[in-house]
Amino acid sequence: MNITSNAAKPGLKQWLTSDTPQSRWQAKCGRAWLGWLKFTENRLAMIGLSIVLALILVTIFAPLLAPYDPLAADLTNRIQSPSAEHWFGTDQLGRDILSRLIYGAQYTLMIVALVVITAAPVGLLVGTAAGFFGGWIDATLMRITDIFLAFPKLILALAFVSALGPGIENAVLAIALTAWPPYARIARAETITVRKSDYIEAARLQGVSNMGLILGHITPMCISSLVVRVTLDMAGMILIAAGLGFLGLGAQPPMPEWGAMVSEGRQFLLEQWWVSTVPGLAIFIVSLGFNLLGDGLRDVLDPRGGD
Amino acid sequence: MTAMIEITKLNAWFDDNHVLKDIDISIPANGSFGLVGESGSGKSTVLRTITGLVDDWEGNIVVNNKELTKKRDKTFYRLAQMVFQDPFGSLHPRHTIDRILTEPVNIHKLGNSDARVVEALKQVGLDNSFRFRYPHQLSGGQRQRVAIARALILEPKILLLDEPTSALDVSIQAEVLNLLTRLRNDLGLTYIMVSHDLAVVAHMCDDIAIMNHGRIVERATAGQLADGKLENPYSQQLFKAAGGYDRAVIDSFVDWD
Amino acid sequence: MTTDTLLSVKNLAITFSTSKGPVHAVRGVSFDLGRERLGIVGESGSGKSQTGRAILGLTAANGKITADQMQFHDLDLRNLSKRDWRKVRGARISMIMQDPKYSLNPVMTIGDQIIEAYREHHKVNAIEAKRRALDMLAAVKIRDPERVFNSYPHEVSGGMGQRVMIAMMLIPDPEILIADEPTSALDVTVQLQVMAILDDLVRERGMALVFISHDLHLVSSFCDRVLVMYQGHVVEEIRASELDQAKHPYTQGLLNCLPKMDGNHAELPVLTREASWAET
Repeated sequence: MNITSNAAKPGLKQWLTSDTPQSRWQAKCGRAWLGWLKFTENRLAMIGLSIVLALILVTIFAPLLAPYDPLAADLTNRIQSPSAEHWFGTDQLGRDILSRLIYGAQYTLMIVALVVITAAPVGLLVGTAAGFFGGWIDATLMRITDIFLAFPKLILALAFVSALGPGIENAVLAIALTAWPPYARIARAETITVRKSDYIEAARLQGVSNMGLILGHITPMCISSLVVRVTLDMAGMILIAAGLGFLGLGAQPPMPEWGAMVSEGRQFLLEQWWVSTVPGLAIFIVSLGFNLLGDGLRDVLDPRGGD
Repeated sequence: MTAMIEITKLNAWFDDNHVLKDIDISIPANGSFGLVGESGSGKSTVLRTITGLVDDWEGNIVVNNKELTKKRDKTFYRLAQMVFQDPFGSLHPRHTIDRILTEPVNIHKLGNSDARVVEALKQVGLDNSFRFRYPHQLSGGQRQRVAIARALILEPKILLLDEPTSALDVSIQAEVLNLLTRLRNDLGLTYIMVSHDLAVVAHMCDDIAIMNHGRIVERATAGQLADGKLENPYSQQLFKAAGGYDRAVIDSFVDWD
Repeated sequence: MTTDTLLSVKNLAITFSTSKGPVHAVRGVSFDLGRERLGIVGESGSGKSQTGRAILGLTAANGKITADQMQFHDLDLRNLSKRDWRKVRGARISMIMQDPKYSLNPVMTIGDQIIEAYREHHKVNAIEAKRRALDMLAAVKIRDPERVFNSYPHEVSGGMGQRVMIAMMLIPDPEILIADEPTSALDVTVQLQVMAILDDLVRERGMALVFISHDLHLVSSFCDRVLVMYQGHVVEEIRASELDQAKHPYTQGLLNCLPKMDGNHAELPVLTREASWAET
């Protein structure tokens, strides 16, 4: 067992770092491996990655990890301070805060994931199209972007949620609507720097269509700065989601969403600090994790830094 | 023999700048035509106008007995391909060589892309181990070979060469020039080669035109150039400058602004 | 060492530590520099630029320099402090880079930049400095020094920009000028004109010039002596006038593989590299 793994290891490493890959797959893996090596050199980024991985694991295994039912009220056990039975104490309805925290992770993750899969592609498409075509298409798309950028994110999200009605789906939609404009800006800026380059013109002379150029040639050049920016923004999204939850516009009770939990505990903040503070810390740690991860990714992916 | 490329009264503009003035060029099939000039002479613009990268132009461009309109279609790109000056800038940094070569085959639905990619690499003297590398894993000369392979994979009749060796070391330049000469003979290609280097053009081309400020100021054959039989004072100066550092010659230089 | 020798380098080696292991950029390079024009020629990766940068103490942080000797007058360049380097660099040894576009500050007028360079090393008042700057622009054969003095770098052509760089580098009267591909971004005729200016100034001021280039033909027509570098080694040192009698196969190969204007379309001789060249 030991022998085989030792023998396989240098082989795999050679396969990954080979200067003469034998297949598309090997070339891709080799590139990813080099990026991973660079990423692992950054210790803070590794901490960020562990936090984010922990969040994902907690989400997946919530039913196994949580000691109690997050929704089960037990009024006889109201606002218990942290103890061996309830590590983080209980809230005003006697629910176990640790369990609520563990189940709440999935809402946080869901909000972030939904916002990312809606806002990032929209921003990417708007930005690359504007940068690539220029002229009136650029002017129109960018003025629309400017309108969205003119408002503070939270205010705009508040306005959207008030119009759409409270609820976690509408909170996601509202955050997505406020999140895409910066991505459009970044994508446009990257597009403008590459659209006149020889390799784009060479592709044009091969007969590649405009759509093909945008999707196959320009997007790959924008994607790394976008990934970095999105990761850094995730912390902000979590905060806005928490803010909406806090104001009662996001997740509705009894959903164990972290922002809502902070809000519910605020009336006991002075005597029973843990009710608000523990979900607050969770928000803080996860935001920090995404920020550290984003910083690390920037070092690996930023086209200006590498190659 | 009819001309493969026939350009008459070609004029082009960048915004308000009149960058090409009454260019006439005629190149027979399998011919090799050289355009020489300094920066800003418009020599590259001639190529870019033929390929459709310049929009604002007037005149007639007839390629393979077909007059070009403002818009190029796919069949044109199968007829004429271009090799760019900078081998570090003309290959997509995030695409493997395989993808760079496969894409045109798929776009033009030529089929059999695997065999075509292997064949194109072989034509430019690269073995299959290069196929799945990224451009940054290649040297300048190898990249330029890939760029030539990319141009050849569509089996064009015409190659437009925009200073294909000026970014390369001289020993690599010799290899690439030899490759280009061999390909022209083997595949019956027609070349237009743009360069600032008189010696390179004299070596590669049968007919040569010297450009200055958007105009062709002199035409010569390779033989005339070898004998230094140039009449225009500008081209004479260019010829002398190619001879290296000679104080007396330099002091006789005139600015042609 | 004769009294004429300004700089003596013996067994210079530069090694860069990279993620893929150490890279030996320069190995065992020795030369003496007098008041002459010395050419260093090589292809990319030959170590020619690194040799030039080492003389100026500009080797990147991950590079390690070792040498048996790097003597500039009474100064040992091997272990100068940062502070001492500042007194040497720019004032006594200067360098002209390849592309003036990247070497000039885009938001300062050319005149201000020259004045700044001058006052760095000379305590003079503003009027005197301006007079010196204009003199210098005139010395590099700029026809309208006043206009160029008040221009920004983007407003002048490449050839003009390179003349400005030369003016700037020569104003403190250095003893050694290192020119790293100073003209390869320029058109041929402009290139030669700039070299002529460089030539005049170097002669008049009795400076030593190290001219680094990839163009063997050009260097040999310009310099007194040429070092040919290959993979970090000096493979041949030869008087420029005797280039046609070069002995090393690499030098011969470099000369032969240049296309000639003889109307001959035959194959160019290709350089076959031998591993032994990089060992000596």
